[in-house]
Amino acid sequence: MAFIVQAINLGKQVSSGGQPLHILHDVNFNVEAHESLAILGASGSGKSTLLGLLAGLDVPTQGTVMLDGNDLFQFDEDQRARLRGRLAGFVFQSFQLLPALSALENVMLPLELQGQDHAREQAAEVLEKVGLAHRLTHLPKHLSGGEQQRVALARAFVSRPKILFADEPTGNLDAATGTQVIKLMMEMNRTQGTTLILVTHDEALANQCDRQLRLLGGKLVQD
Amino acid sequence: MNFHLVSLGVSMLRRDWRAGEWRILLLALLLATGSISTVGLFSDRVKQALQQESHALLGADLRVTSVRPVSPDYREEAIRLGLRVSATANFPSMLSTDSHNLLGEILAIDKGYPLRGALRISDHSNDTDTLHDDGKIANTIPERGTIWADERLFRRLDVKLGQSIQVGNLKMRLSERVVKDVDQALSFTSIAPRIQINMADLPATGLVQEGSRITYRLLVAGNAQAVAKFRQWAEPRLQNGEKLEDVRDARPEIRQSLERADHFLGLAALMTYVLAGIAMALAARQFISRHLDACAVMRCLGATQNQVMGLFLYQFILLGLAGILLGCLIGWAVQAILVASVQSLQAANLPSPGLMPVIQAGLSGMTLLMGFTFLPLWQLKSVTPLRVIRRELGPPNRNTGLMYAIGGSVLIGLFVWQAGSIKLGLTVLAGLGGGMTLFGLIAWFSLRLLSRLPMSNRHLFTNLARHGKANAIQIVALSIGGMSLLLLTLVRSELMQNWIERLPPDAPNRFIVNVQPEQRVAVQQFFIRQGLPQPSLSPMVRGRLIAINGRPVKGDDYPDSRARALAERETNLSWSADVPAGNRVVQGSWWHSATGGVNEHEISMEEGIATTLGIKLGDTLAYDIAGDEFQGKVTSLRKLRWDSMQVNFFVMTAPGLLDNYPASYISSFYLPRDKLRSGDALLKAFPNLLVIDTEAIIRQVRHIMDQIAQTLGAVFMFTLLSGLAVLYAALLATRDERVLQAAILRTLGADSRYLHRQQLIEFALLGTLSGLLAAAGAAGLGWILARNVLEIHFSAPATLWLSGLIGGMAIVMLAGWLVMRKIVKLPPLIILNT
Ligand SMILES: Nc1ncnc2c1ncn2[C@@H]1O[C@H](COP(=O)(O)OP(=O)(O)O)[C@@H](O)[C@H]1O
Ligand SMILES: [Mg+2]
Repeated sequence: MAFIVQAINLGKQVSSGGQPLHILHDVNFNVEAHESLAILGASGSGKSTLLGLLAGLDVPTQGTVMLDGNDLFQFDEDQRARLRGRLAGFVFQSFQLLPALSALENVMLPLELQGQDHAREQAAEVLEKVGLAHRLTHLPKHLSGGEQQRVALARAFVSRPKILFADEPTGNLDAATGTQVIKLMMEMNRTQGTTLILVTHDEALANQCDRQLRLLGGKLVQD
Repeated sequence: MNFHLVSLGVSMLRRDWRAGEWRILLLALLLATGSISTVGLFSDRVKQALQQESHALLGADLRVTSVRPVSPDYREEAIRLGLRVSATANFPSMLSTDSHNLLGEILAIDKGYPLRGALRISDHSNDTDTLHDDGKIANTIPERGTIWADERLFRRLDVKLGQSIQVGNLKMRLSERVVKDVDQALSFTSIAPRIQINMADLPATGLVQEGSRITYRLLVAGNAQAVAKFRQWAEPRLQNGEKLEDVRDARPEIRQSLERADHFLGLAALMTYVLAGIAMALAARQFISRHLDACAVMRCLGATQNQVMGLFLYQFILLGLAGILLGCLIGWAVQAILVASVQSLQAANLPSPGLMPVIQAGLSGMTLLMGFTFLPLWQLKSVTPLRVIRRELGPPNRNTGLMYAIGGSVLIGLFVWQAGSIKLGLTVLAGLGGGMTLFGLIAWFSLRLLSRLPMSNRHLFTNLARHGKANAIQIVALSIGGMSLLLLTLVRSELMQNWIERLPPDAPNRFIVNVQPEQRVAVQQFFIRQGLPQPSLSPMVRGRLIAINGRPVKGDDYPDSRARALAERETNLSWSADVPAGNRVVQGSWWHSATGGVNEHEISMEEGIATTLGIKLGDTLAYDIAGDEFQGKVTSLRKLRWDSMQVNFFVMTAPGLLDNYPASYISSFYLPRDKLRSGDALLKAFPNLLVIDTEAIIRQVRHIMDQIAQTLGAVFMFTLLSGLAVLYAALLATRDERVLQAAILRTLGADSRYLHRQQLIEFALLGTLSGLLAAAGAAGLGWILARNVLEIHFSAPATLWLSGLIGGMAIVMLAGWLVMRKIVKLPPLIILNT
């Protein structure tokens, strides 16, 4: 069967202070649809870099990524952006909500950018699912960290993405709140049949996923 | 245009608006359009008012002057345009009583004369104390069969009111003594005493014959726009021997003062443009750097580069439209208030301002906004979505230089459009650009220097030096804001005072014309006897320009009616060994040899008239002086200070060259009010002299100066606000960085006292540097204005430097403290997390 995400000889080299620096080295793996995958590794091991490449936020210096059968790096920036809009949802460590927009407006944004109708209704519905029906008009700065991350989850799921990319989603949250958010994320992932690619340094969290990959100094290592 | 994107833009704008993100940008926009439209509308009306008042000196807004009866077409068109009209005819003629004959000037006037200003007649019949008599306004014209005459005629014909005088075939009764006629001060040529008669009597005098030298005039006055329309209509229809004249054509003193008013108001507008542009650039920069994250998130969520840019572009356009509309309304209202508050403007009963300045302000506001924000907007395209995971990725490489280059070009374009002078626009902007670069460099070097000084708390300065470029830009912005404040307050009052002082209370208010060579000594002695300062008598001969470089001069060769009139008229030629006071040689040089060239005569010409007649340095001119030809080469061009009220000559030679021609002498002097009798005595002693009262012109020039001084204050209030907006925007611009830095320092253990102290020292330093640069800039600009626009002396007052220094420090420290006050107290985690 076709894989929804394929990393092929993926590598990233940057120059840091005049020296070439390999942040990512020859990474190969496949992800099946509806699968959940954890990418584990210590801080600085290259997890975020890898995630950025998988989502087409950055370009590799070597290899490529196939996303739902599309060779990401044959595309230009705008084509990648459109593909992301269609396929992907994101959750970040630092939430990345737009500060000037209310919870509801933040969730509406992806739909609005795609020019979809009924953005408001759909967004309200998803916010209800994450338990924030009563906070629709609140600005991010008036929400707690856990609530902000739930808004981010709603924003990620509202466009019914095939793949959800999550980068340390609990990194800025306390343990209890983090557990709640993860529970919610896993549940929505299941009900929507989304493929999950989760970046974390937390073994317990990683173990909730179907499969784990481990990064060490920019290379994949076997468990 | 993508409709969906527009509507998303609208809702984003609304959301951002709610969050207060647009405030500073909107403020900049409002101030820009508000001040541009206020300055535009107001200065337009002030100019109109000044011009209208000046027209009182001519008796009309515009005159059609002709050697033949003025074609009725002109009158019909003027009436059709809703203008008031009247007519005059004047010519020299013999006037006689039983015992005396005299060559006089007859002015036949029609109903309504004069259309502007007033003809004043004596209100006492007793004819001894005439010079003390201001008279009363004559609301009529002479009745048929009667004549009015001025003092000189009474004296020289030895007649009294009620007596009869022979005018051509008519015996007419002398019914009024004229104290002052409107255009009396305007022409030095009518040396003969003047009588006024009713136009209807003119045919019966039998003086209108083939060959009589009659000048016919149609006078028009009314709404300024209608007058302009009439001028436009009439100009191409002028026949040989016809010309159009307004007060600018007639009096160089007034023209020069009005031009200075124009320049000044134009500069106020330019200054506003510059400040508004900078405020917008700063505000946009701040806005955009606060929205980089949003851009990255949107790119992440699938927005294309064009969508991201378009979204913000539409928001800027929408905001621009709203701001401009509001700004224009504000401008309109403020202008109306200003007009209502300046008394003479109220009295002038101005036509309502045109829409053009408003449209111009709107377009300029939008152009400025786009000019100064388009590039940063364009660069939003290249915000990488990777920013969502790697926060430390900075903003896309912003090309600040290019942005200001684009902004500068927009400014030049706007200024050329506004002032219609590319040269002026380029000069001012080049100066400004150069000045700003210089300021930036000085600021940058000073900061670096400070951080290297061996001092105990040097680390306080290292921080400033580390962000050297950003801080230098901030200092430049602060100093431009401060410079405008200083320029508009201290420098302006200093300039105005010097300018007004140049026309001192004892500036000449009388001209004496027609002093014969043999009368010179006697006239001088007369002045001494009367206790008046000795006048310096300048010689003059009258000549007509007949050829330039051997090519005969014909009036018809000049399409411009002013040039044609100048070419056809006789000019006064004079001579002097030295450059006369108030004259400045701007091209070539004053006499090469003491004799001014015995072999080849040297001529010095006034710059303006040379330009009008197409004469350049090195041209050979030929004059017809009393039937003889006089040739010379133009070796210098002079600029004259007409508004000094001194005797000035368009054409001059070295002494000795014109000795063989019949000369008379001319002088100007100040006649104090308590010595008016001396003027009377002068005329009694030398009946051939013509004493011209230029009080009215001086009064008008003074009035123009006063008005400019007053109205500039009002107009500059707005520019001042723009300056404050720049200061505010400049301080806000680095706030986010400071907030972050404070938070980091706090996590590292700095207490709020330490943070406060550090911030205040930084602000004090920024303020001091900016204040000093601001003072330097204001002094420099003041000097340029003084030299080139007002042609006066200027030296920066000590208060300027002091205010710059202390004011800069105080304002920046205070504003800095206000901006940073809350931040220092916030727990660092909140700041670092948001
Ligand atoms: N553009 C870059 N220039 C220099 N170094 C980089 C760049 N991007 C990433 N790195 C470095 O590569 C390493 C991996 O970074 P990252 O992918 O963020 O790790 P992780 O997310 O696992 O903590 C880090 O040491 C980081 O400093
Ligand atoms: Mg990371």
